[in-house]
Amino acid sequence: MQTFTGTKIVNGIAIGKIKLYKPAVYEISEELVSDIAAEIARYEAAIDKVKEDQNALYEKEMKAGHKDTAGIFEAHALMLDDEDTIIDPCKEVMAEGHTAEYAVRQVFDEVAKAFSEMEDEYFRARSADVIDLKNAMLDVLFGADTANLQGTEPAILVAEDLAPSETVKLDKSLLLGLVTRLGSSNSHTAILARSMNWPTLIQCHDITDDWDGKFAILDGYNSCIYIEPDQEIIDKLSAKQKEDREKEAKLQELKGKPSETKDGQKVRLYANIGGPKDVKAVIENDAEGVGLFRSEFVYLNSPTDPTEDQQFAAYKQVLEGLAPRLVVIRTCDIGADKTIDYMNLDKEENPALGFRAVRICLSRPDFFKRQLRALLRASAFGNLGIMFPMIISKWEVVECKKLLEECKKELEAEGQKIGKYEIGIMIETPAAALCADELAEEVDFFSLGTNDLTQYTCAIDRQSANLERFANTHHPALLRLIRETIEAGHRHGTWVGICGELGADPELSEEFMKWGIDELSVNPKSILPLRERVRNMDLSKFKTESPKPEAKPEPKPEAPKPEVKAEAPKPKGFFGRLFG
Amino acid sequence: MKEFKYVITDPVGIHARPAGELAKEAKTFKSTVFVVKGEKEAKATALMKLMGMGIKQGDEVTIRVDGEDEEACAAAMEKFFKEKF
Repeated sequence: MQTFTGTKIVNGIAIGKIKLYKPAVYEISEELVSDIAAEIARYEAAIDKVKEDQNALYEKEMKAGHKDTAGIFEAHALMLDDEDTIIDPCKEVMAEGHTAEYAVRQVFDEVAKAFSEMEDEYFRARSADVIDLKNAMLDVLFGADTANLQGTEPAILVAEDLAPSETVKLDKSLLLGLVTRLGSSNSHTAILARSMNWPTLIQCHDITDDWDGKFAILDGYNSCIYIEPDQEIIDKLSAKQKEDREKEAKLQELKGKPSETKDGQKVRLYANIGGPKDVKAVIENDAEGVGLFRSEFVYLNSPTDPTEDQQFAAYKQVLEGLAPRLVVIRTCDIGADKTIDYMNLDKEENPALGFRAVRICLSRPDFFKRQLRALLRASAFGNLGIMFPMIISKWEVVECKKLLEECKKELEAEGQKIGKYEIGIMIETPAAALCADELAEEVDFFSLGTNDLTQYTCAIDRQSANLERFANTHHPALLRLIRETIEAGHRHGTWVGICGELGADPELSEEFMKWGIDELSVNPKSILPLRERVRNMDLSKFKTESPKPEAKPEPKPEAPKPEVKAEAPKPKGFFGRLFG
Repeated sequence: MKEFKYVITDPVGIHARPAGELAKEAKTFKSTVFVVKGEKEAKATALMKLMGMGIKQGDEVTIRVDGEDEEACAAAMEKFFKEKF
């Protein structure tokens, strides 16, 4: 048995024979030809054929519902029409008496090289598209048969690299997994592998020709491939593969099913996203909405303060892409650990307790209003929730709403269309949680930001390794704040969600459901597993008892911990005790 | 000749898919459409060259339209840029 490592793109196990994928290497003659017109005619016929093939790939991908990859092939076909970069230079080379093959290699290689030297990673990766087109042109010019490169039986495909058109042409029913020597995690192949969920390893430098036909196991979890594995490995990984398949099949069945407990209590399962690129994951994982769209990316990805139009474009793209789902966009949350040069923020001794989020926004109303205007304009294109972060006092919410109203009036005067929207706040400070009753009067929804709420409640920096034994993500004080926030919200008809990491914490899901949480917003990949948990819950057994806040301190045997006494049930709840 | 300026808002810049759509759109007019950034320029129909300019978010480009239907073409281009880039 031999073991080789690479970089995994997709988890999972593939078991089977290896098929070495080796496209033809062409010998291109440097000799000059006399019939220039004939070469140009061959070249033009080849261009037409490749364009036709690329358009056919486009149709194929559109039919399969892969709009993104389809667009690549449509662009490929158009690239070949580029007179300045492709057609005229090729013709010039042929005019000197070179063959069509020679001209294609020369010109396409030059263009690919130019792309590969560009600064921006996206454009650098486009050199692969040019090489792909070159190979397609050469295949046609040499009359190569590319149909049978994949073999006839299911196999783990091993290649130098795969061009987008090669990846798409692959017969998926014969593909168990994919290993390449080259490739980047940004390549089309990687993107496609992710969307198709093929176990995939790239940058596996030790590939040799003698792997062809050997039995192997690709272990995505451990980023390695076993050639001729031992029985022990075979047994272990076969079991793991079976388990994966059963789990996945079960999760897939949950798409379109309600997020509802056995006794009929519903919860909305939303996704946390960081930008327009995540829209696809929201849909694929059947999220019912977006509970937290971090708008920071528009600020962090821009060298200068982003304009209203720039922001509008990004918000619109997400709202439109996900309509009619609710999309909650959190207003600018920079400061603390997220700093930006053009904001010219002072260095602070204690940034977590400093000038951040809504505190910056309310101090710089012109800056804030650009975002609010962009959000209001985007509201016409979907179902929007606007959420203000780092709130501690009611006046902050009132002032945010006042600015929003001002923007709305301005936009209406300009004749801009504005849709409906909900207004909410993050509950991520103990101050906000304890004043939830008053805050609820001002807003449609609350979203508990449990990461900050934990750190502000316990005075513990989660990043600090020294504090690990003191940190308790299920600290009773935190859980009580969460529960009381839910109850306060409900007293005022304000719906309450969780968008921090605790939202996906399997140990707390049932607790949150018992407390009547309305929405849980989690990483898109956690949606279906969470739905499964919810559907397996039966809360009826709790419903006869009087509710009580429950705290589950994490067991930490190595560290002595102060004892936590469970609170006796109090019908009026925490606020009743404080203010009653 | 008609021209207008536009600042790219798309996070990836002028990338393959919408650039392809731009090329297609530009071909429906008789006028020639140029995209100019600094000293570089490319015809909107020359997809490779256009992408080779590496136009990114925040870049200001000038779109120059020249030809018999330049009024209509420039209007269509302005609309297209606002929607796609």
